[in-house]
Amino acid sequence: MLLSNLEFVPGCDIVQYLGLVQGSSVRAKHVGRDIMAGLKNITGGELKGYTELLQETRQQAIDRMAQEAQAVGANAVLNIRLSTSSVAAGAAEVMAYGTAVLIRPRQQPGQIQQPGQIQQPGQIQQPQAAPGRPRPPRP
Amino acid sequence: MDVLITIVLTILLLIVGLTIGSWQERRHFRSIREREEALRAILLIPSRYPPNYDQRPYRTELVCGSVVIAMDYFKTFAGSLRQIFGGQISFYETLVERARREAILRMKEEARDKQAQMIFNVKFSTANIMKDKAGNPGGSVEAIAFGTAIIYR
Repeated sequence: MLLSNLEFVPGCDIVQYLGLVQGSSVRAKHVGRDIMAGLKNITGGELKGYTELLQETRQQAIDRMAQEAQAVGANAVLNIRLSTSSVAAGAAEVMAYGTAVLIRPRQQPGQIQQPGQIQQPGQIQQPQAAPGRPRPPRP
Repeated sequence: MDVLITIVLTILLLIVGLTIGSWQERRHFRSIREREEALRAILLIPSRYPPNYDQRPYRTELVCGSVVIAMDYFKTFAGSLRQIFGGQISFYETLVERARREAILRMKEEARDKQAQMIFNVKFSTANIMKDKAGNPGGSVEAIAFGTAIIYR
């Protein structure tokens, strides 16, 4: 799965647009971390626990988006945006969304590029018209 | 007596916040400057299209950087005092600057580990971890930077 926040893939043609895919995640740290973060407000400085929380949440949101893209038969997600919102104090919510596309390496010598697991031409399977968008499995 | 204890405790916390907070801020800014110098070779371009498109083969990869930085007690206190009169709150500005530059640096470090030369289409986003439902800040700044790393082969 190729993930990018550009609107195209260098050296590849976009064969098919498969619509918007998104993934979101809300996570929190245990109460000990919250208390430590509150104490850290006296001296200032980086909240390592919350930085970690933000990274985990973001990664999970991106993973879920990639799963959804895979479910609709895409091999790349372009124009990715990350957005955050506040659900509860001490919890991070990150939403990742982008355009799921089917890409194919352009057939020109010297410019062919095969990022990640791009399928070769001829092996591309058309996504079957599923009755309703399949939900990505929840871990 | 209770009032006295509260006042003494508040003053103590203010002093601790001011000394440790400003010491940490100086140290953080020094580290940011050093690392920015070291990572100057990686270009950060907020434009959407790479310039020498189709001349050299390259691949792209998504890179992200994020950081959460807490306010110290003195900054919170001084900031809330400043809000009564309005105007520029320089205590908060340095905090936002630190978070933003640190997020950029972490993104660049990830790009460097992937041997990238440039990062395109850089976007910024902020998260709200320590805010309550009403949106009152709980005293921290959360910054996310993300972009597409260009890796020449």
